[in-house]
Amino acid sequence: MTAKPVVRVQAQDFDTAKELEAMTKGQTNIGAVVSFTGLCRDEGGVLETLELEHYAGMATAQLNDIAQQACKRWPLEHLLVIHRYGKIPPGKNIVLVIATSSHRQAAFDGASFVMDFLKTNAPFWKKEHFKDGSTGQWVEAKDKDDKARDRWD
Amino acid sequence: MKILYFAWIRERIGLPSEDISLSKDIETVQQFLDWMKTRGENFEYALEHDQVVRIALNQQHCNDFSTRLDGINEIAIFPPMTGG
Repeated sequence: MTAKPVVRVQAQDFDTAKELEAMTKGQTNIGAVVSFTGLCRDEGGVLETLELEHYAGMATAQLNDIAQQACKRWPLEHLLVIHRYGKIPPGKNIVLVIATSSHRQAAFDGASFVMDFLKTNAPFWKKEHFKDGSTGQWVEAKDKDDKARDRWD
Repeated sequence: MKILYFAWIRERIGLPSEDISLSKDIETVQQFLDWMKTRGENFEYALEHDQVVRIALNQQHCNDFSTRLDGINEIAIFPPMTGG
């Protein structure tokens, strides 16, 4: 049976430990849990907050689409994707992906696939606000992110 | 037609969204973008580099600008995405 992914797009923070526990508690068929948490960096101490803009309806739809592709491609037991929007200070959570499976490779690959596609296909945009009061440019998309996605073709 | 703008494209245009009745002559995404660029300096500036303009039709990515707009009621214009 194909796992039914859970996707949440939210302003509020999440608790990685609690999400991990909720996904694995009482489960005896899971042999592997892979979790990826993306955090806000302070860029050498100069960043005050990272502002994440999103296209509300489409963000959820795209994350669902990416998560469903992962569930079709690998034998996952569960797949959770949480992406935050709004202003996020350094050290705080931005994104969480948890994949569980019987054997480790599916969970590793499924989580990695979701992150690679999410970076280039989910409609979120980052803008930097600095401690000196200045607002930076919108973060530019990177070619290496396109390459990371294309390796799954 | 509902038109949505995001990130620096939204800032350059100066609006988050618009409701517009498109002329019947505008049949494809490319024709739509070409017309948008004629709407003023802010639109021309926001859309000056085709390679960094991304389009979604009814909340689905559109990679082929020759796509027709039949049945579309929401167009979003935005730069390459930087989430994660």
